[in-house]
Amino acid sequence: MIYINNLTKVYKTPGGSLTALKDINLHIPKGAVYGIIGLSGAGKSTLIRCLNMLERPSSGQIILDGQKMTELSGKMLRKARQNIGMIFQHFNLLDSRTVAGNIAFPLEIAGWPKEQIIERVKELLPLVGLEDKADIYPAQLSGGQKQRIGIARALATKPSVLLCDEATSALDPQTTVSILNLLKEINEKLNLTIVIITHEMKVIKEICTDVAVIDQSQIVERGPVESVFIHPQSDIAKEFVSSIFPNELPNELLRELSLHPGSQIVRIHFLGTAASEPLITDLIRHCGVSVNILYGSIDHLRSTLFGTLTLELQGSPESLHTAGSFLQSKNLTVEVINNGN
Amino acid sequence: MGTDLFSLFNDPAYWESLSKILPQSVNETIYMVIVSTFLAYVLGVPMGVFLVITSADHILPNPWVERTLGTVINIFRSIPFIILLVALIPFTKELVGTSIGTTAAIVPLVVSAAPFVARLVESSLKEVSHGVIEAALSMGASPWQIISKVLLPEAKSPLILGMAITTINIIAYTAMAGAVGGGGLGDLAIQYGYNRFRTDIMIITVFILVIFVQGIQWVGTTLARKLSHR
Ligand SMILES: Nc1ncnc2c1ncn2[C@@H]1O[C@H](COP(=O)(O)OP(=O)(O)OP(=O)(O)O)[C@@H](O)[C@H]1O
Ligand SMILES: [Mg+2]
Repeated sequence: MIYINNLTKVYKTPGGSLTALKDINLHIPKGAVYGIIGLSGAGKSTLIRCLNMLERPSSGQIILDGQKMTELSGKMLRKARQNIGMIFQHFNLLDSRTVAGNIAFPLEIAGWPKEQIIERVKELLPLVGLEDKADIYPAQLSGGQKQRIGIARALATKPSVLLCDEATSALDPQTTVSILNLLKEINEKLNLTIVIITHEMKVIKEICTDVAVIDQSQIVERGPVESVFIHPQSDIAKEFVSSIFPNELPNELLRELSLHPGSQIVRIHFLGTAASEPLITDLIRHCGVSVNILYGSIDHLRSTLFGTLTLELQGSPESLHTAGSFLQSKNLTVEVINNGN
Repeated sequence: MGTDLFSLFNDPAYWESLSKILPQSVNETIYMVIVSTFLAYVLGVPMGVFLVITSADHILPNPWVERTLGTVINIFRSIPFIILLVALIPFTKELVGTSIGTTAAIVPLVVSAAPFVARLVESSLKEVSHGVIEAALSMGASPWQIISKVLLPEAKSPLILGMAITTINIIAYTAMAGAVGGGGLGDLAIQYGYNRFRTDIMIITVFILVIFVQGIQWVGTTLARKLSHR
């Protein structure tokens, strides 16, 4: 769907040049909800703005829905942009237009006939739950409602891609969840490809299928969300994951545990159905180890259950070995944190 | 004196005599103000729009156009109206065939108001947030669509307030133009009120001008408030 090839962006400033993006390569498949996460100043906004040429890349290529965006300009570029919706952190609605007028705006720009615009706006209002707000001005609406207008507006021309630049960063946690759910629903219903820029791991966890981590102008890690959550490679990815799934054991506890000779601390991640198996009972029964639960959590990644369990296993070296093989056989991701001695 | 004016204003015959000169002056003033304001906007709005869109980080950045236009505007704005009035006499003669009368007065009025309008339009349009313009760009809007569908409609309220200010300024300037043979209420005040010591006429013209100014400001403020949906 979207191919980003060797994308580099250098800003020329009076103080010298600043490399905001360095040799970015990324493939975003059709129907994906692709999250791009990074700290402030990492280059996220620059990256997403390069996708619709709001920012001209210094070098490299963007191919979106078969169109070489980087080679377009003028009328062709404007035409191509009508195929890309975009929503913004601060909504960027027209204050002088009603809700319906805002949603009609991109259609007017695209030159739709009046009757079709009215039809389309009527379809979009219920999609974002604003059917009773058509004639109200944005100033009278809450942040969440404003972003709903933003979403309806972005979808008006039936684009094949939706770009979201920090779309929930100005919203409270509850409203954030409702907007993310709406985006997920739209992704499923319309099979729309969504690119989401964020600095919050929560956003990635709630709706993304894939994630790329950007740090200091470069992509340092990418992959399906589950694998990045379970096996973060880079320090920055690890930090992001632990920001919502804290899995560091307190030092005091580790010190105390080290007093138990022959014990082993393991962390198990499970996804989907594996979460519902009687794991601990089986460990005790079949492997002859005793199990001490140190920490456990269950949550979800998009719609998949995602659980973490930190256990202390005690027993003879053989039984610990058996326990290890047993866990491996269950297709669980097992990490040995501490071998007891 | 006070009682004199009082009995004068109560005398129907006085108003009868006044009705021979006053309506014409009022009409001349209205004519000059409306035509000058209209023409000042016809010239000033495009200039203001160009100043904005050619500025750095806007939709058609062009430092050369921005700087040249800005300089020309500044030059015209720094010439005092009374000097412009005289300096433009040859140009006015060329343009309208005469340098006296209401139509001739419109030329210096427009030349002086248009650059002012350009700056007012500029500052009004600069209030439109960059984000909104960016959103329109992301939808594939052309520069003309951004001007006509984003910049001007979004700046409606400040533009209307600016128009009230401009119109009121032009009223004041028509009075000045009147002093050099432009006609209108200013002319009346000078000819009768000043040259012939007719305080009554002076008072009446000032009163009418005050009503004009109040009325325009009220309309401007009310409209601006009505059209603002922030
Ligand atoms: N127009 C510009 N001119 C010069 N430098 C810029 C410009 N836009 C961005 N930068 C710089 O490029 C770098 C990346 O900026 P960018 O806005 O992409 O970061 P970001 O990841 O979106 O950060 P944030 O989370 O704060 O929005 C920053 O160092 C920024 O200062
Ligand atoms: Mg940003």
